[in-house]
Amino acid sequence: MNRRLFAAHSALLLIVASITGKAVLADPVDDSLQIDGTEIITRAPAPEGLPFDQVLSGWLFREAETRATEADSFANPGMLAVERGAEIWNTVEGTMGKSCASCHQDAAKTMKDVGAHYPKWDAASGKPLNVELRINKCRVDNMGAEPYKFDDPNQLALTSYIKHQSLGTPVGIDLSQGQMQSWWDRGKELYYTRTGQLNLACASCHEGATGKYIRADHLSQGQVNGFPTYRFNTAGMVSLHNRFRGCIRDTRAEMPAAFSDELMALEVYVTWRGTGLSVETPSVRQ
Amino acid sequence: MTFTRRRMLVLAAGAAAIPILPLAPIPAFASAEEAAKLMADFAAGKEAVAGKLKLTAPEIAENGNTVPITVDVDSKMEGDDLVQSIVIFADGNPRPEVATFHFTALSGTAAATTRMRLAKTQNVIAMAKMSDGTVYMDKKEVKVTIGGCGG
Amino acid sequence: MATTPKPRVRVPKSAAAGEVIVLKTLISHEMESGQRKDKDGKTIPRKIINKFTCEFNGQPVFSCDLDPAISANPYFEFSAKVTESGTFKLTWVDDDGSVYTDEQKIEVA
Ligand code: HEC
Ligand code: HEC
Repeated sequence: MNRRLFAAHSALLLIVASITGKAVLADPVDDSLQIDGTEIITRAPAPEGLPFDQVLSGWLFREAETRATEADSFANPGMLAVERGAEIWNTVEGTMGKSCASCHQDAAKTMKDVGAHYPKWDAASGKPLNVELRINKCRVDNMGAEPYKFDDPNQLALTSYIKHQSLGTPVGIDLSQGQMQSWWDRGKELYYTRTGQLNLACASCHEGATGKYIRADHLSQGQVNGFPTYRFNTAGMVSLHNRFRGCIRDTRAEMPAAFSDELMALEVYVTWRGTGLSVETPSVRQ
Repeated sequence: MTFTRRRMLVLAAGAAAIPILPLAPIPAFASAEEAAKLMADFAAGKEAVAGKLKLTAPEIAENGNTVPITVDVDSKMEGDDLVQSIVIFADGNPRPEVATFHFTALSGTAAATTRMRLAKTQNVIAMAKMSDGTVYMDKKEVKVTIGGCGG
Repeated sequence: MATTPKPRVRVPKSAAAGEVIVLKTLISHEMESGQRKDKDGKTIPRKIINKFTCEFNGQPVFSCDLDPAISANPYFEFSAKVTESGTFKLTWVDDDGSVYTDEQKIEVA
């Protein structure tokens, strides 16, 4: 075996060993989070049907300096994306000569708490939309502009800006609308399906191994309440579907495309798993 | 809680052979000698003394790409008791230089915080030069661990 | 991010004469270290902010020479002793010669 193959192989073994073994386990920290005076709910009673009592924000699993960076909205580089989002909000684009603000005026009022309740059923397209797709719909239908491509920096910035208007608001999605329940069912199935060379499901790591360490990473419940997230790793914003794809890649499985039905279903289900946690966007992660 | 920091480091060390580094791929690392030479240049013949300069850095950095550090000298910042500059070195990065802070009486305090990159576990070294040429030093080892999820 | 670097600065609006205040600054910048390689194995040229300065009413308060080991989106926190009302001028100098500036007023009573 050459060196590279050997290293990749040992990485796989290590991942499997760290989540199946008993070795290293740590509790989430006993700490509370305020951002600019807003109380952030980082522990909430788990919704009915989850095999644990409390849902926990990923913030509780990070080291002190990472937590401190999120707690200080000035030190948090993710706020650069939020500010960029505010600029885009006011910028005219497309054939209809409109900006987001032309119709929605002051986002602090009109978008307050909106992001906390996404994904949301959209009857016209017959599927749930997340904030990214909702923005694209407005760009196409209401502005005559091109939809953003996945992970366009402007998509990340505008999504962060809209989600940030819900800072502190508990996440809660409405499963009674349209076919949301069947998307939830499908997401749940995906969450528990073992795939890839490693034969791992989301649940293997984020339910069965929460609190364990994969190398230096303290495994959280894999909650989505802080997305888009500023990551030290890439020194930039990471969208939810990018994170999903990264986690799936780590199991050496085929990666569904961003905004595919699979990942939308997963977003519906995983968002529900964090019901009651505050929106933290832009959260800060390692 | 069954976890100890030591166990975690053992685990991280076990993974050290895996070539995933924050600045990868990285050319030859600066030797600690190069850092030593730059330190000697900064001290300009003076003995660097411990005590007045405090370097704060995490014991374990969650990600080597963004490691917060703070330097702080116990100084009145007026008259003769004035810090001119503080220099930061890292003895295991491709290049040892990190930053040089310059202060004046208008600084009020000789304290500064920034964020730096550490390519691997290594020493971060801070040295302060006073207006009378006195040199202070502090040093912290920062463990840089490797994450498990590329995400 | 390939957008024009944008500074963010936090300075108190007012202070008492002789008070030591804390300033925080952050600028969006990739701080390309010059040590990374692209897909074809070519070194990506260095492009960093190499100098940051803070002046108050034209007098130097604090400055920093930056090396590639400073993280992307450089962050600084430092202090200033203020004895009179005036204006802070903050300046970032890019390897490509671009200069980004920001000014902040403070009332000192
Ligand atoms: C021509 C007017 C118009 C423009 C321009 C426009 N929108 Fe909309 N937007 C609407 C309408 C109408 C709705 C639908 C209201 C509904 O059906 O709930 C909507 C809905 C939304 C929603 C969902 C709100 C909710 O409560 O779920 C979001 C988010 C949104 N727009 C964001 C944007 C953004 C971001 C932009 C700029 C890129 C934008 N819109 C531009 C008219 C507009
Ligand atoms: C091999 C183990 C593993 C598997 C399998 C895995 N993840 Fe992860 N995931 C991680 C690690 C490690 C992290 C980073 C540490 C943390 O937050 O738990 C992470 C982080 C996350 C985060 C970010 C959490 C935050 O607070 O920002 C989300 C969301 C997530 N995972 C979702 C998923 C989903 C959905 C799946 C299934 C498609 C999945 N993960 C499968 C290991 C895994």
